[in-house]
Amino acid sequence: MAFLEIDHVTKVFPAPDGRGHVCVFRDVAFSIAAGEFVTMIGHSGCGKSTLLNIVAGLERPSRGGVVLEGREVTRPGMDRMVVFQTFALMPWMTVFDNVRLAVRAAHPDWSRRRIAEHVQRYIDMVGLTGAEGKRPAALSGGMRQRVGLARAFSTEPKVLLLDEPFAQIDALTRGVIQEELLRMWTASRTTVFMVTHDVDEAILLSDRIALMTPGPEARLAEIVPVKLPRPRTRAELLDDPEYVRLRAHVLRFLVEGGRRPPTPEVQALAAPTGRAPTLVRGR
Amino acid sequence: MDSERGRVVVYAALLGLAGLLAWQAAVAGRPAGQGLPGPVAVARAAAEMLADPFYDRGPNDKGVGLQLLASLRRLAVGYLAASVAAILAGVVLGLSPVLYRAVNPYVQILKPVSPLAWMPLFLYTIRDAGWAAVLVIFMSSLWPTLANTAFGVATIRRDYLHVAAILQLPWRRRLLAVILPAAAPAIVAGLRISLGSAWVAIVAAEMLIGGTGIGYFVWNEWNNLALTSVIFAILAIGAIGVLLDLALAGLGRRLAYSE
Repeated sequence: MAFLEIDHVTKVFPAPDGRGHVCVFRDVAFSIAAGEFVTMIGHSGCGKSTLLNIVAGLERPSRGGVVLEGREVTRPGMDRMVVFQTFALMPWMTVFDNVRLAVRAAHPDWSRRRIAEHVQRYIDMVGLTGAEGKRPAALSGGMRQRVGLARAFSTEPKVLLLDEPFAQIDALTRGVIQEELLRMWTASRTTVFMVTHDVDEAILLSDRIALMTPGPEARLAEIVPVKLPRPRTRAELLDDPEYVRLRAHVLRFLVEGGRRPPTPEVQALAAPTGRAPTLVRGR
Repeated sequence: MDSERGRVVVYAALLGLAGLLAWQAAVAGRPAGQGLPGPVAVARAAAEMLADPFYDRGPNDKGVGLQLLASLRRLAVGYLAASVAAILAGVVLGLSPVLYRAVNPYVQILKPVSPLAWMPLFLYTIRDAGWAAVLVIFMSSLWPTLANTAFGVATIRRDYLHVAAILQLPWRRRLLAVILPAAAPAIVAGLRISLGSAWVAIVAAEMLIGGTGIGYFVWNEWNNLALTSVIFAILAIGAIGVLLDLALAGLGRRLAYSE
């Protein structure tokens, strides 16, 4: 059984004019293995962030479901931490308290001291030593998202969900944080599902890249394996022929507007399974 | 910046001085005890009253300090009870759009009612003038805090609530660590409006119930035709209102945050 299974998920919203419905995406089906880093790329409006929210349990699918280790995801939980595009740090809390809120929630039985040590370790890990007492408003975007990463990793979740985590960070800082994320992920080997529209980011970080056609009625078009050796750095990748080929492949898909028919592999994934729903609801 | 501030101070001082002079000129030339008292007479009376503000010579003769304390005590009880109730109800309404819309028509009907209109009902049901006045304060300080809390909670950024949901915070921590701090600026703004209207209402309520309090003092001095005391009480009520508002403004600054 797959570790994390996106099982024929369809999302339908009420139309903005209040008449009828809009289907954002239909029958998205793929699975993620434990410890794998999978990224979804697509144009704005293909519903990739909605799908991530469904995996997080913050939104419900209209049809289909998400299964983590054999259990259906029905609500948010600490086993699936989200790193938000908007950072979502509590602005009235210091850096330390923002991370501590998560650690306390993950380990209610720990002593104050143990919690504080754990928090400090993750703040040090993202290079924010000395900024513990600062409020998020006093930090740059890059530093804020480092706090977001520290908060997410500090609870040691089974799945890390990254929702365009670096979209609001300037390009130079973005590269540095991407490599930091790569280092932390390598050390923790958490399973990661990320959505982005940054092709370079996707190739640098991912084991596989899922390409979505544009919405509405978006579909999964192709899953591209990234067969580049790890550890990867941005500098080494630039001249790698495989990197250049992958980059062109993904970019061409996006530029063509994703009008290509789904690959046979993906068609097989999305085909009706014939079996009854994989699980009992709400188990 | 500093020069602008200096100009403000100078203008304010000049305006105040001009007002006092105009007041004095308007009442000058009349024999003492006739017509409105001038600023000099009020200042003399004020000095007298402030020399011994806490004397107590029976129910009809208490120092102005004691009367103010009586009013502040009523204000504290009624205002604090109303604030707790309004904040709790506001959080519930802010978190539930459906409930908010269901309750809103009733709030809209009750909100414009002068808190004093409740007085007969309170007097009839609890048969205690002092508590009736406290309940008038309660009614006068309920709605602004309730409305502001509900608005503040309803407009909390979804991300903060999502983080709380992902961390599966128990409701108490969710309230204390996320919801209340996030809505704090709006709540304090409501608390400030409520405190102002409560302080306005207490004077009128105490005029009606009699016995103690600065409102009763004003009415009693009017009956004694001691207009110097009335004018002094007006200034004291105003000054205390400013101090109360400054205290809450300080609280608001402490709880403010920038995103």
